[in-house]
Amino acid sequence: MTTPYEPTTISLSLRVWRQIGQPQTNGHPGGPSQDGARQLGAAQSGGFETHQLDNLSTNLSLLEALDLLNDRLITAGQRPISFEHDCREGICGSCGFLVNGQAHGPRAATTVCQLYLRHFRDGDTLELEPWRAKAFPLLADLMVDRGGFDRIIAAGGYCSVNTGNAPEANAILIGKEQATSSFDAATCIGCGACVASCRHASASLFVAAKLAHLGQLPQGQPERARRARAMVDQMDAEGFGACSNHLECEAACPKEIAADWISWMRRELGRS
Amino acid sequence: MTGMASPGSADAGLHPAPPPSAEPPAPSPRLEPRLGGGRLDTAWQRCREALPLISPANKGKLRLLVVGSGLAGASAAATLAEQGYRVQLVTYHDSPRRAHSVAAQGGINAAKNYAADGDSIERLFRDTLKGGDFRAREAGCHRLAEISGAIIDQCVAQGVPFAREYGGTLANRSFGGSLVSRTFYARGQTGQQLLYGAYQALMRQVAAKRVELFCRRELVELICVDGVARGAVCRHGLSGALETFTAHAVLLATGGYSNVYYLSTNALQSNASAIWRAYRQGACFANPCFTQIHPTCIPTGDRWQSKLTLMSESLRNDGRIWLPLQAGDPRPAAAIPEPERDYFLERQYPSYGNMVPRDLASRRARELCLAGRGVGPGGGSVYLDLADAIKRDGKAAIEARYGNLLEMYERISGDDPTAAPMRIYPAPHYTMGGLWVDYHLMSTIPGLFVLGEANFSEHGANRLGASALMQGLADGYFIAPATVTAWLASQPQAEIPADHPACRAAVAASEARIAALRPGPGHRAGGSTATAVHRQLGLLMIEACGISRSAAGLERGLAAVAALRQLFRAEVRIPDHGPGPDAELEKALRLEDFLGLADLMLRDALAREESCGAHFREEFQTPEGEARRDDAKFAHIAAWEYRGEGAAPQRHVEALQFTALAPSQRNYR
Repeated sequence: MTTPYEPTTISLSLRVWRQIGQPQTNGHPGGPSQDGARQLGAAQSGGFETHQLDNLSTNLSLLEALDLLNDRLITAGQRPISFEHDCREGICGSCGFLVNGQAHGPRAATTVCQLYLRHFRDGDTLELEPWRAKAFPLLADLMVDRGGFDRIIAAGGYCSVNTGNAPEANAILIGKEQATSSFDAATCIGCGACVASCRHASASLFVAAKLAHLGQLPQGQPERARRARAMVDQMDAEGFGACSNHLECEAACPKEIAADWISWMRRELGRS
Repeated sequence: MTGMASPGSADAGLHPAPPPSAEPPAPSPRLEPRLGGGRLDTAWQRCREALPLISPANKGKLRLLVVGSGLAGASAAATLAEQGYRVQLVTYHDSPRRAHSVAAQGGINAAKNYAADGDSIERLFRDTLKGGDFRAREAGCHRLAEISGAIIDQCVAQGVPFAREYGGTLANRSFGGSLVSRTFYARGQTGQQLLYGAYQALMRQVAAKRVELFCRRELVELICVDGVARGAVCRHGLSGALETFTAHAVLLATGGYSNVYYLSTNALQSNASAIWRAYRQGACFANPCFTQIHPTCIPTGDRWQSKLTLMSESLRNDGRIWLPLQAGDPRPAAAIPEPERDYFLERQYPSYGNMVPRDLASRRARELCLAGRGVGPGGGSVYLDLADAIKRDGKAAIEARYGNLLEMYERISGDDPTAAPMRIYPAPHYTMGGLWVDYHLMSTIPGLFVLGEANFSEHGANRLGASALMQGLADGYFIAPATVTAWLASQPQAEIPADHPACRAAVAASEARIAALRPGPGHRAGGSTATAVHRQLGLLMIEACGISRSAAGLERGLAAVAALRQLFRAEVRIPDHGPGPDAELEKALRLEDFLGLADLMLRDALAREESCGAHFREEFQTPEGEARRDDAKFAHIAAWEYRGEGAAPQRHVEALQFTALAPSQRNYR
């Protein structure tokens, strides 16, 4: 074990996708966050750019290594690499790109902001690419537009209760196991790794997780059938593909949401 | 009377400390809190019942602008839309679900008394007031406690999956040293689940076309017409276009400003720009020096470390905090025998031990690290040791109790916390200060409402654990929807066109600000980056205005911030690379505002010549080293008014009265 007092250092070669503008357009003008994508104008061709980074402390996260690289680019007067990030503790769902073809990189239950350099070897080359999915138009470098997820939630991912109409909280009893199971599905952070890791760019795990969160609770029953149909229809309309049971989504999910919920979702559709 | 003004209003000196006075300062007419008076327990009800209403048909003609999509912003936007208003919501995130409320771990307080352990609205009210060290309004604290139960009802109805007992009722736990179990939680992800509840309510209104959602927009300038808030200029995060939003009222719910310290537990993009732009337009900024530092965070290591991660302080229930007796002891923790360890909190606070309040734990750790006793890189941390608990309860029990926290620590540090003690250090976490608001949550700019962490209300000089989520949702679901209606009912309701001179002026000012940050004449090329300046600002602020403050340190801080502002203006320039995201420009705009706010925080800390809550002035302590509050001179809210670039801001005061509870001095020794 290395002591924290003298961090080991490694050298990495980063091959990073650089591109501004989206190669395809999504057929949903007017939805949240689409307009900005349109304003970027015509797609520009992209390509990989390689950067060598030496003497990196293995206590850095991969995003911190990108910060360091960007600092170098900025100082040289060049455009820094665009990537989404915010909380840097794996909960906001902003970050996400492919690391050597794997969504969020090689570690299980990890967002890319929680991926530390100690998990790589000295001299490794890391290829960083944006999520690739028709329904996630490319915005810039490692950034894509995940507005489709918001529109799926808007289609029915809620319990329709206006503020002020709620009954006393303990009037609704929910067994501990049931509440825990609902919570497990509700931990989805909407990062898009399930879509990015799916060969059909399906959003099934994302949709199933929300249906399972609400559909297992008494509060979610009145709209249960309508919700399932509306959210799945919206998923299809966005251009996400169909599930073909490869279960890559489950392997990539940083919150380890079970792909079993996808089968559960199929049964929900049978009810609707 | 204009309250207690800083000396030399025109010639902004670096020494703005008010002259010592024996008299308490006179309250300022600038700050009218609109408290109804009378009995505390009926004050909010009486206020609400007297508020004017607007007919449903007319609400649909009124437009509201909500800035921010966290707990306060999303809940307010959803609720106001449900009432029939047309709402526009802007957020700089790609989706409203990303707002930093999502990261809150611990829980949310409510006086439901489900545990039947003697809790009540009255008790939560008193705990909030005491926790804030008697620097918050009684009426506001009482209202918060009254509303707390309805928040839980609302969230449960939305499907928030709170923890449950086997019988199906809601589970509660005791949090942050509270004597009652009133904290509702959803594992360590309470903020996430509450935010998703509010986000889903918001998206329902988006689908109903009552809320228009504008993602990737950041406020650059507030628009005021005849002194009334009527909109904002926002910059589009992808195209860079400046867009004008006009409305009949503006609600800021943009969170706190812990990132003034650069490294904090906040998300990297959390910023103070919206409240700072409002301050510069006339919104008074209250108690900016009241910032909370959380004792149990994963400490800094590398220069490129970008944030500090919080670990729930529940770890202090079982973890023992210690340092080697001998400074610079080179041995690994396990090789240091028991007699050569200093369990300093247990030694100094025999009755509370490791469970002393956050600020005491933080301060003691800092003192020892400054004295060269710290461990880890640069001696910047202390040990939190689970070994005894593991010996007592077994490794499996400890892992079950703290599973996700231990995993998080191991992930970030690379060390196994069950094999060797964790290293922790305090980190900026929450800001009690913020824009001054009256009882209606309206700032000193009419028509500008401020919600959640962005305002200064209810937490006084220190916030109770699990009360931030409660306040954000109380403001958004219940308070603002009532008071915003009352404001709109009292106002002429003409639309402001986007080409109104005030809008054009705000756009021009925004353009000028951005142009000044682009390379040009007078720019020293190849100088500092925004990140480098921000990092320096953080180091100096944590030193001068962090866990412990002194007049000399604050004066030095003011000079250093002034120098840093010069450096920023001279060196930080962001080349324009054309369309596409410009994260560096965003950082520079936010940093410019943080630099202004840092100066105000230091002035506020200097002017408050007492120790209270999280504000510890070294000159004002008891012989035992405890905070010494000065109720004769400082039982007030200090709110600062902007007086122009280069002029010293004016300090106003709102006196605080305590009728329900006599201020007491705490003592944990």
